[in-house]
Amino acid sequence: MTLRDKTVDETPRSWVRAVLYDATIRGWVFQGLVLLGLILFAVWVIHNTAANLRAANIPFGFDFLNMRAGFDISQKPIDYTLDSSHAQAFKVGLLNTIIVSVLGIILATIIGFVVGISRLSNNWLLARAATVYVETLRNIPLLLQLLFWYKAVLSVLPGPRQGYALPLSINLSNRGLTMPRPIAGEGFEIVMWSVPVAVALAWAMARWAKRRQAATGQSFPVFRASLGLVIGLPLGIFLALGAPLSFEIPELKGFNFAGGMVVHPELIAMLLGISLYTATFIAETVRAGILAVSAGQSEAAFSLGLRPRQTMRLIVVPQAMRVIIPPLTSQYLNLTKNSSLALAIGYPDLVAVFAGSTLNITGHAIEVIAITMAVYLALSLITAALMNWFNARVALVER
Amino acid sequence: MRSNTFKTLLLGAAFIGAGAVAASAGTLDEVKAKGFVQCGVNGAGLAGFGAPDDAGNWTGLDVDACRAVAAAVFGDPSKVKYTGLSAKERFTALQSKEIDMLARNSTNTMSRDTQLGITFTGVNYYDGQGFMVKKALGVSSAKDLNGASVCVQSGTTTELNLADYFKSNGMTFNAVVFEKQEEADAAYDAGRCDAYTTDASGLYSIRLKMTNPDDSIVLPEIISKEPLGPAVRQGDDQWESIVRWSHYAMLIAEEFGVTQANVDEMKKSENPEVQRLLGVGEGVDFGTPIGLTKDWAYNIIKGVGNYGESFERNVGEGSPLKIARGLNALWTKGGLQYAPPIR
Ligand SMILES: N[C@@H](CCC(=O)N[C@@H](CS)C(=O)NCC(=O)O)C(=O)O
Repeated sequence: MTLRDKTVDETPRSWVRAVLYDATIRGWVFQGLVLLGLILFAVWVIHNTAANLRAANIPFGFDFLNMRAGFDISQKPIDYTLDSSHAQAFKVGLLNTIIVSVLGIILATIIGFVVGISRLSNNWLLARAATVYVETLRNIPLLLQLLFWYKAVLSVLPGPRQGYALPLSINLSNRGLTMPRPIAGEGFEIVMWSVPVAVALAWAMARWAKRRQAATGQSFPVFRASLGLVIGLPLGIFLALGAPLSFEIPELKGFNFAGGMVVHPELIAMLLGISLYTATFIAETVRAGILAVSAGQSEAAFSLGLRPRQTMRLIVVPQAMRVIIPPLTSQYLNLTKNSSLALAIGYPDLVAVFAGSTLNITGHAIEVIAITMAVYLALSLITAALMNWFNARVALVER
Repeated sequence: MRSNTFKTLLLGAAFIGAGAVAASAGTLDEVKAKGFVQCGVNGAGLAGFGAPDDAGNWTGLDVDACRAVAAAVFGDPSKVKYTGLSAKERFTALQSKEIDMLARNSTNTMSRDTQLGITFTGVNYYDGQGFMVKKALGVSSAKDLNGASVCVQSGTTTELNLADYFKSNGMTFNAVVFEKQEEADAAYDAGRCDAYTTDASGLYSIRLKMTNPDDSIVLPEIISKEPLGPAVRQGDDQWESIVRWSHYAMLIAEEFGVTQANVDEMKKSENPEVQRLLGVGEGVDFGTPIGLTKDWAYNIIKGVGNYGESFERNVGEGSPLKIARGLNALWTKGGLQYAPPIR
């Protein structure tokens, strides 16, 4: 299309010239060539690998995913029996990875923010303690810390028969934290659905309060009101429905607890290790972010009459967030990938279950490792995308 | 995992390279050219089978399988380099040519023998899986383990046998699976599991490593067949023969009373089987056809000893393990160890 605008001379030669020198067309052609090259390379790699594996009598393919797995997994968030397939084992492993990563990210973020802010505190003791914590834990390899926490958890806790009996039929022993398993009765879905509804209402209320404050200057106790809403609404519905929930109480049978649900010591040690370690990096990120906001900002806020807490929440943190979020994303990615150290302490994550047991039982090493790498790549891309979205929404609103 | 991913990547790299890999013929030539046999052995150190001694020298029944091959090829059993491998790494290491042979308490199973591109060359130890429990539990049979937590190492036949056993006996269990044996041992020692399971041979040496070995007992049940033996890559028949017959030579030597001490004297023996074994007499040469010399078996016995000697020294009466010959006695003594004749 660009052709017609440019040509003065309609001879075939100059037509060819025009195409050859058109930057857009040339760009497309080269990109196309590179893409074609990449595809050909990928085909060649896959073809060659398959052919060479065949020559070495190693079967290649993904049928093994449908075969019976036949091994046990200690933590099963979804249905899994000895007769389940390797594909099901894969899902269990993946969920376990997601469980430890999400919980780890939440804990590490909370600890990291608290410690990062504490390091800047005027309280000498608090600031020092935070410094010591950061400097020690971020300089010890994570694997050692995991082994330490696992050993610590196991040696501090007594056997199941001597476990600490806590209220509500909760028991803590070296078999983990055993607690009653909630069993949903009739109508319980309604209670579950009321939670997102309450959250949405709280959000709408916060927006309304903000607008009203901007317009009239009147403030509204948003935090307390939304807390009341998010807890009160589901609770009210729950009670109105006649409390449709029962519990399966764990019982000491033989030498272990049967029934109920368990948080295994492996998960406890994983969370302790991975979140305390990652929190040190997050703390540093937070500290750097806060220091990046010039002191003039706080001074201006104080002179407007804002209190220190308000200054922190309304002036400093929003500006610091721009600096904090990008490196925070990296820490979340690191945490997710570091969770693959789980197999050292027997936590059944994706690497332990799929790239461990399945790989060894089926012998399909290349396929299994390829799938596993693809999963970590996907998890990382999803995390990064979520964080970028969050960053665009929260941190960079400039007025 | 880290090292296993790495091994798999190596494996990937080995198979991605241009052109089909000429089926792995020529291991013997490669071994001769580099001057040693690269042998995969137990990474955690399994006393009696493959473990470095106080002076750092590898010893054990599996290690002797490597040494026998080196003796057959070079006339010198010390021409071996060892690669310690975990349960997960071992077959990948063999496939990717990181090692020339694997001798690491590995069970011959149908899928391993047929789907991994490897071949088991024989059985140097007939084993079976057992359980170890803390005495304090008051359990005397594996049938009492319903509901137990069991520590086990991943990537083993052990992990699957465990599941089969509990399922077929209508019992439930919770497997706590570790990548490394040391980690599984430590967790059991710390009380994480009620029971620990692995090959019976391993149980005894692992029990000795516990803080208080006497707190644990090994239960009487043997729940599986674990024929342990060396393995090589498929497709190199000559190398496979060398590894297979190195084991047979040690069995035949025991059967006919040829020992490390008397092997020179035995060269004068009138027994034709002994003469064929030691390559004595005009035109008696079984070594050259498999790329070795006629005194290949003489070198094995001179350098390593016969099977009985190796057994006693590593796992039998001459060792801390004091394992009885049992199934591993020669067929002439009621056991299963049986070698075809040299003819
Ligand atoms: N024979 C079984 C089990 C062999 C096995 O790996 N046993 C463990 C426990 S005795 C071991 O030797 N671990 C040492 C290591 O992984 O380094 C198999 O071939 O799968």
